[in-house]
Amino acid sequence: METLISILVGLFFSIGTYLVLSKSLIRIILGTSIISHGVNLLILTMGGLKTGGPPLLGGINTTFTDSLPQALILTAIVINFAVTALFLVLSYRTYKTVGTDDMDQLRGNKDE
Amino acid sequence: MSLLPFMIFLPFIFAILTPFIYKMVTPRIHTGWFVVIVPLTVFLYLLQYIPVISNGNTISQSLPWVPSLNINLTTYLDGLALIFGLLISGVGALVVLYSIYYMSREREALHNFYVYMLLFMGAMLGLVFSDNILVLYVFWELTSISSFLLIAYWYQRKNSRYGALKSMLITIFGGLAMLSGLIMLSMMTDTYSIREILSKVHAVTEHSLFPPAMILLLLGAFTKSAQFPFSIWLPDAMEAPTPISAYLHSATMVKAGIYLVARFTPVFGGSSEWFWIVSGVGIITLIYGSINAVNQKDLKALLAYSTISQLGLIMSLLGLGSASMYFGHGDESTVYAFAVLAALFHLINHSTFKGSLFMVIGIIDHETGTRDIRKLGGLMSLMPISFTLTIIGSFSMAGLPPFNGYLSKEMFFTSVLTAAENPVFGMKTFGMIIPWVAWIASVFTFIYCMILVFKTFTGKHRPEKIDKVAHEAPIGMLIPPIILAVLVIVIFFFPNVVSKNILQPALMAVLPGLSLSEMDVTIKPWHGWNMELYMTIGVIIVGSIMYKFIKRWMFLYDVLPKSLSLNHLYNRLLEGSERASLKVTNRYMTGSIRDYLVYIFGFFILVLGSSLLFSKGFTMQYANNAEVSIYEGVLIIAMVISAFAVLLSKSRLTAIIALGSLGYLVSLFFIIFRAPDLALTQIVVETVTAALFLLCFYHLPELRKEVSRISFKMTNFIISLGVGVIVTLLAMSANNHRLFASISGFFEDSYTLAGAKNIVNAILVDFRGLDTMLEILVLSIAGLGVYTLIKLQLAGRGPKE
Repeated sequence: METLISILVGLFFSIGTYLVLSKSLIRIILGTSIISHGVNLLILTMGGLKTGGPPLLGGINTTFTDSLPQALILTAIVINFAVTALFLVLSYRTYKTVGTDDMDQLRGNKDE
Repeated sequence: MSLLPFMIFLPFIFAILTPFIYKMVTPRIHTGWFVVIVPLTVFLYLLQYIPVISNGNTISQSLPWVPSLNINLTTYLDGLALIFGLLISGVGALVVLYSIYYMSREREALHNFYVYMLLFMGAMLGLVFSDNILVLYVFWELTSISSFLLIAYWYQRKNSRYGALKSMLITIFGGLAMLSGLIMLSMMTDTYSIREILSKVHAVTEHSLFPPAMILLLLGAFTKSAQFPFSIWLPDAMEAPTPISAYLHSATMVKAGIYLVARFTPVFGGSSEWFWIVSGVGIITLIYGSINAVNQKDLKALLAYSTISQLGLIMSLLGLGSASMYFGHGDESTVYAFAVLAALFHLINHSTFKGSLFMVIGIIDHETGTRDIRKLGGLMSLMPISFTLTIIGSFSMAGLPPFNGYLSKEMFFTSVLTAAENPVFGMKTFGMIIPWVAWIASVFTFIYCMILVFKTFTGKHRPEKIDKVAHEAPIGMLIPPIILAVLVIVIFFFPNVVSKNILQPALMAVLPGLSLSEMDVTIKPWHGWNMELYMTIGVIIVGSIMYKFIKRWMFLYDVLPKSLSLNHLYNRLLEGSERASLKVTNRYMTGSIRDYLVYIFGFFILVLGSSLLFSKGFTMQYANNAEVSIYEGVLIIAMVISAFAVLLSKSRLTAIIALGSLGYLVSLFFIIFRAPDLALTQIVVETVTAALFLLCFYHLPELRKEVSRISFKMTNFIISLGVGVIVTLLAMSANNHRLFASISGFFEDSYTLAGAKNIVNAILVDFRGLDTMLEILVLSIAGLGVYTLIKLQLAGRGPKE
């Protein structure tokens, strides 16, 4: 299972990277989202899969899956959401101001 | 308690006070009258040490600076430091006196001038008196900086700025090289004190760092003392006011390199490398400077090249003298030690006659308005005192009696001849060349000295070519060069007073192994009909003939193309490096974010891939794996499909929906892998994100209508494939290398520890609550950011914000 997920995560990274390298600003944001999904899955997988029940006490389970990666991912999801939201509005704003979302044209000043 | 450290600080303290004095007295009294007190005080203070030092004593005192690092302001006064201290303060006092008449108190920014000059004076005194090599370096760089400021004193002129920049680049390059040399020395001997280094010479000579330390140190000395090929900055430094040229670029700063070589001769001397590099470079500089000086049209440039040449002479004598260290005691040792004595003697002589010559040239410039040889002539009857002073200075420089230059030139000839007769370090083959080179250089020296005197003062006076009506300078301007010229003659008649009291203690400092009784150091103007005298007569005869027919052979200077000159090479190097760096920067700094991402991902692949490869960390194992059930298989296939859908979708909407479905599939995964909180959050966040996508881009046009697919790029494909493969390999390797058990067993106690049954939530708010707090902060900052962006956008519709 872990091997399979590892390959899946690699695929997510590949697709995400390919999108990030493209010209369109929206595709770049899509790419970062896919990469962040990959990262979350990776953290979970590295914690070990299927080693017990959900990390809730008081139920029928006596063994639990690793709870620490889950806490980390939860934090990561929220932060990623915040960054994505800001990035989205920023790209929207960029398009409104500059009139393009083509990264080839968004190059800054010549003298920079 | 000696006041020596105070003497170093005196100029610095006065440099702080000078602007206030200037504000108070301008334009009634010239600021220089106040400044002249400083070098005079130092000079008189140092004079009292001559008897002490000549008895073989030394004076040392230490002030703590950074005691924890063993860096202290230790001053140390021995014969060598005393010579330099007297030169710096003595010539300094005369130059300040001269500048009072040279620099106009109405037109010039005198406060700047004297502040820079006092800074330089203090730095130079600190340089020669300091015993700590790091303190020495500090003062060394301070002389570079103050010299830079002084050369560019008339900063409105382009040539001044060019000259200042050139001198700074070259001397600071050398200074940095010297710093690394000094650090190597301190590594070898485990001390920063020069005296302690001298007592641990064996630790240096047997160390493998000996050659690099020596070469780096010499780089510093050669750049500062304008040795070949670093001499090119000195002629351009002539853009400085003439008092500065007289002070810095003839008498003091350019001798800092000489001081360094003399100071470290006890450490490095006696090795063949030191001998060959120092004397070889000195000899080359000697002949290079003297030949080039003949070709100059500007009097100051002529003096600059003559300074280069004379510095080469002193340097070569120090190099030859270092062989004395090799012999230790005995006749051969004293024969070579004589060369060091000659070097020190010429050091003093050169400061006297070159200082006075610069001042006279300044007077000519001041009174006629030009320094161009082609415009000057026939000034003899108009400026009789300047003429006399020029004759004294030039003839001394040419090595004619009855001036002190004659004595040191004879001693120079003696040294090169004895060096040729007592060959060391495989000098058998080259030994005979050195006297010849020295002799030819002397001939050229003679020629340019004659040019200096006769082209300027004899011939026809052409008042129409010069701007001012030529007349003799005011007496105040003439006094300093007269004092120096009197010294030139006095030293000729009483050389042994100087030798006994000043030179011999300095010789002891340079060659500490030598005992005075072994040397017969009486300097005589007349020593019979010997080889040196014949050489001098030969110089006079050949020089006179060549001067007479100078027009016949001057064309030889045009034979060598300009493109091979050192200045041209320097300019080309500077331009070339600027162009090359611009080209390189423009090549990789494209401004396109894709290129930068390619670099980042490329290095990611390269570094991680190669480290995986070389550390052999990658292993394939399936033993730890959980088994795959049908649900997960279906889920994985669905995820792959939706990920590809994001990649390949034609429209934005499809891509957004595909991304949303990917997010929901991930949350399904979280359910399967027993993470209920994650699944909940993921579903909510994915919904909001998708809504945000749709909201935000509602106003945007369909961007990719004309482009059906994302365009395929091979490099992008390879790089993204590489990133994916690396991540997969890393994940697999990490999975197979679990070194320690998880610490989550501790968190599973959450009910007793924190009173929570949901372990994940207990971690988030209890065990690791700080993360959560900052995560809330991130969310609020993002919210504020979004709000600001939208608000500003509304404002932006009006006039530009």
